[in-house]
Amino acid sequence: MQLDALVEQFKKKDEKAFETLYHMYSKSMHGVIFNIVRDNDIAEEVMQDVFIKAWHNAETYAAEKGRFFTWILNISRNAAIDKTRSKSFKNAKQNLNSDFFVDILETTESLNNTTDAIGIKKFVKKLGEKCKQVIELLYFKGYTQSEASEALDMPIGTVKTRNRQCIQELRTIVLK
Amino acid sequence: MDVKAYIESGILELYVAGALSEKENKEVYALMLEHPEILQEVLAIESAVIKLTESVSPKDTSTLIDNIKKNLALNGEKDAKVITITKPKYNWFTYTGWAAAIILGVGLLWMVIQNNQLQTDIQVVETQKSQLEIEIEYAKTDLDKAKTLISVLRDENITELPLAGQGDFAATYAKVYWDKETNRIFLDAEGLPEPPEGTVYQVWSLTLNPLTPVSLGTIDNFATDDNKIFEIENLNNSEAFGITLEPAGGSETPTMEQLYTLGVVSAT
Repeated sequence: MQLDALVEQFKKKDEKAFETLYHMYSKSMHGVIFNIVRDNDIAEEVMQDVFIKAWHNAETYAAEKGRFFTWILNISRNAAIDKTRSKSFKNAKQNLNSDFFVDILETTESLNNTTDAIGIKKFVKKLGEKCKQVIELLYFKGYTQSEASEALDMPIGTVKTRNRQCIQELRTIVLK
Repeated sequence: MDVKAYIESGILELYVAGALSEKENKEVYALMLEHPEILQEVLAIESAVIKLTESVSPKDTSTLIDNIKKNLALNGEKDAKVITITKPKYNWFTYTGWAAAIILGVGLLWMVIQNNQLQTDIQVVETQKSQLEIEIEYAKTDLDKAKTLISVLRDENITELPLAGQGDFAATYAKVYWDKETNRIFLDAEGLPEPPEGTVYQVWSLTLNPLTPVSLGTIDNFATDDNKIFEIENLNNSEAFGITLEPAGGSETPTMEQLYTLGVVSAT
């Protein structure tokens, strides 16, 4: 498996592998972080810190604990949430609105004119409110299944199946 | 195991989200290795989620890798580092070596020049020193002379008599200090002009009745003597002293036409 080999190289501090992984995941991580901090400069800064952190802690990643994407997604979400708790961030962002990622998609039209983004926007508009919430909490906020179950006031089984349906829909749009 | 039902359960979506426990993660990983369909499903979910999250990012992040690499000092800078570690070392040794050699060379040259200069200085000083010693000798001689003169002048037993200018030479004068105990006179000839070339002053002791001149000798070193005081032996019972100008070498008898000064010893 190519990705596994790449990650192995990365763990051995191979710069080329690191760069490839960066290009695979940096935009995705930036999106996740931006959704939390809602500031482009801060999001960039946090995202760069995430990859620096990843490089320094490369050897701590183990495949049996989860996907590499999930590993770096976790680092990103934690770093972004830490940032929102910092004093300087609180001072600068008094009124952080609690919009979901879907709102960002609707308000950043001019910045996202790739085919994928357009397709995703169409999908997101069609998504039901509960789908939006599930995706927001599980992927963008890093809630565990029980935390999501509690937040959405629905059984864990329902969270799982609903999320499955939402991702299936997403796949039909973005993966062809 | 029913792979299809496992996939449909939605656990793989949670796996990608990172919403499972550590134990569940390990189980999924093990099944993934066992069943390629599960792995394929996970990859599909993952890539859909990546697309979704990417769509939220309002910016192109691809150029930021340079910042990160700079921060981590990566991308060839590792090699550059190796060079920067070894190169300055090489340069340091080389440059310091050359610098030391040049400084040493210049220093030695400077010392040689200094040494030569000092040698010359020593020679000059030694020359000056011997000159000064000579001058001191002269000064001592002069001082001795002056002391002798003073002692003579202060001596009570000395008879002092002026010699007045005579005839054409009225403007000239001289003085004689006569020490009768030691039978010598000191002639002060300051008031006499320098004798013309080929001539010399001759000093005479005279007795008056009858008039008998006795030569006390010629003053051969008149021109060269500084204080113009001449010590002359006089064994005569002189009654007067005279000075005449005579041809070089002196005369048997005084040439009266060239009598410059004359003085009579007063009877005491």
